[in-house]
Amino acid sequence: MKKLIFALATSAAVLGFTAATSAQDKTKVCFIYVGPKTDGGYSEAHDHGRQALEKALGDKVETAYLENVPEGPDAERAVERMARSGCALVFTTSFGFMDATIKVAQKFPDVKFEHATGFKSSENVGTYNARFYEGRYIQGVIAAKTSKAGVAGYIASFPIPEVVMGINAFMLGAQSVNPDFKVKIVWANTWADPGKEADAAKALADQGVDILTQHTDSTAPMQVAAERGIKAFGQASDMIAAGPQTQLTSIVDTWGNYYIKRTEAVIDGTWKSEQIWDGLKDGILEMAPYTNMPDDAKALAEETEAKIRSGELHPFTGPVKKQDGSDWLADGEVSDDGTLLGMNFYVAGIDDKLPD
Amino acid sequence: MGMIEAILLTVITAATPLVIASLGELVTERSGVLNLGVEGMMVMGAAIAFAMTQVTGSPYLGLLAGIGGGALFSLLFGFLTLTLVANQVATGLALTILGLGISGQIGEPYVGVSGIKLPQIVVPVLSDIPFFGPVLFRQDLVFYLSITLVAGVSWFLFRSRTGLKMRAIGDNHASAHALGIHVIRTRYLAVMFGGACAGLAGAQLSLVYTPQWVENMSAGRGWIALALVVFASWRPWRVLAGGYLFGAVSISQLHAQAFGVGIPSQFLSALPYAATIVVLILISHNRRVTLINTPASLGKPFVPDR
Repeated sequence: MKKLIFALATSAAVLGFTAATSAQDKTKVCFIYVGPKTDGGYSEAHDHGRQALEKALGDKVETAYLENVPEGPDAERAVERMARSGCALVFTTSFGFMDATIKVAQKFPDVKFEHATGFKSSENVGTYNARFYEGRYIQGVIAAKTSKAGVAGYIASFPIPEVVMGINAFMLGAQSVNPDFKVKIVWANTWADPGKEADAAKALADQGVDILTQHTDSTAPMQVAAERGIKAFGQASDMIAAGPQTQLTSIVDTWGNYYIKRTEAVIDGTWKSEQIWDGLKDGILEMAPYTNMPDDAKALAEETEAKIRSGELHPFTGPVKKQDGSDWLADGEVSDDGTLLGMNFYVAGIDDKLPD
Repeated sequence: MGMIEAILLTVITAATPLVIASLGELVTERSGVLNLGVEGMMVMGAAIAFAMTQVTGSPYLGLLAGIGGGALFSLLFGFLTLTLVANQVATGLALTILGLGISGQIGEPYVGVSGIKLPQIVVPVLSDIPFFGPVLFRQDLVFYLSITLVAGVSWFLFRSRTGLKMRAIGDNHASAHALGIHVIRTRYLAVMFGGACAGLAGAQLSLVYTPQWVENMSAGRGWIALALVVFASWRPWRVLAGGYLFGAVSISQLHAQAFGVGIPSQFLSALPYAATIVVLILISHNRRVTLINTPASLGKPFVPDR
């Protein structure tokens, strides 16, 4: 139903586009979201990026988007529709759009495509991603510094490299403060099911954790933490409204800066296919204000963030052992990006068994 | 408060929407109508209840709106399948898809808004009973309603004259019609009762379980409720037992994970479904019992001869 409405809206936008004379100078930038643009999390963060782009470049751009596009065969039609409608640059914002993007891009060599979080690229398909693990490391530092129980609860979605990397970064951050810090991991096997996320949060709180962190999308765990009087970290956007006395900080996805940069490149004619993995220093993610924690914890968090921004600290720096006790990174050695992007093991100190 | 009490409280919250939605569908199916739109009616109830609560500031008005919204939405199904005699399976599926879409539109302004939780009602004296008091008598209105509904529906179906007529319609609508029972009118009422229950279950999601609106927040609970009806072989008290069994296994698996048992999480996540299927097989093993309870006219269209 909604898709139909937006299909009509998009076609109307296309008609309007051809009718207006001034429209010729405008660069059309298009977005495809996997979820609703108001999901309060991942897709919403991308849509904020789109709005930031419109605001920054004003008359020079016009944007369009399709939301709730399922990953799989349907995605190809959505990408193709965008390409046909006169988009100069198309951002496909979910991992599962990868093959569809590559396929459609072959048919439209003059259109530029950028695919988020994927690993396939071509002449006119670039990829982009954010180093969320930098934020997770800072959260680990805060957790170990503020937790009285010495154990945090981690609500995870699916055992894919992105999530496993986040857990490891969180643990390494925590261990840098307290080597004996523990984390209890619950796999919810969903990205967004508020009820199940709340159940997981309650189970963890009942088992005595006093800090919650999540790699799922809804604010339900934050609400449970607020009810139980423990602290929590937000996810993807600033969730302070759900827990004014609860949120310590949140990793906020700020794709806007990136979208502006890339659109300007298309306008200047300097765009070329790249594999971009930006971090805190590039402004593709930000930390929400450090709140509800003692001053020394806040100072340490700010110091850690500054070190990561300056490049002085890489969260995955040795010595680090794997969970099974074997060596992974030698003293001072920094992990290469390939290992991180394919991460399928835990670091030492995590008790959970990684689902295969 | 001990660990077991804490777990029970979580189980009750998780099981209540399943029990209510399932009970509504049970009544619908007992009248011989198969409405696969539970998921859609539930998510509509959640959106309408949340919106009404935000507009009026009263979660009780929200609850009422959820119930009314679910009933009205089911009326669409009733009109299509009972008056126009459309295929029930296809219409039910369409109702789910439509509900997911419309609820997204209704809820759009409320995404990210912190909800108002339905208050606890503490029953005097009883709530002071050790262990059971805090678990059973410091609950919200929806929980008390769910238990009352189970008892009420059970009495209605098996002890009241109208309930007997309704079961007669579900078993053989032609005979019931010949006896002068209003088949279509009764079925309309049964469908609307199912819709109201699904709406109430949805309202529980957005007002009690997780006081917030997220698109598609029912996340498949309507389908579980549908399965529970069969699992319970169309008996109200078994719906209660089934809902709580499913809830208990779902919550225990989360606790098991947090506790760090070395069992793969995918297996644990599948456990509630597996447990329900196993019990389903055990129950349907006894064909006689199944046949007695299955509404024989379930899903069959009825066109009265005029």
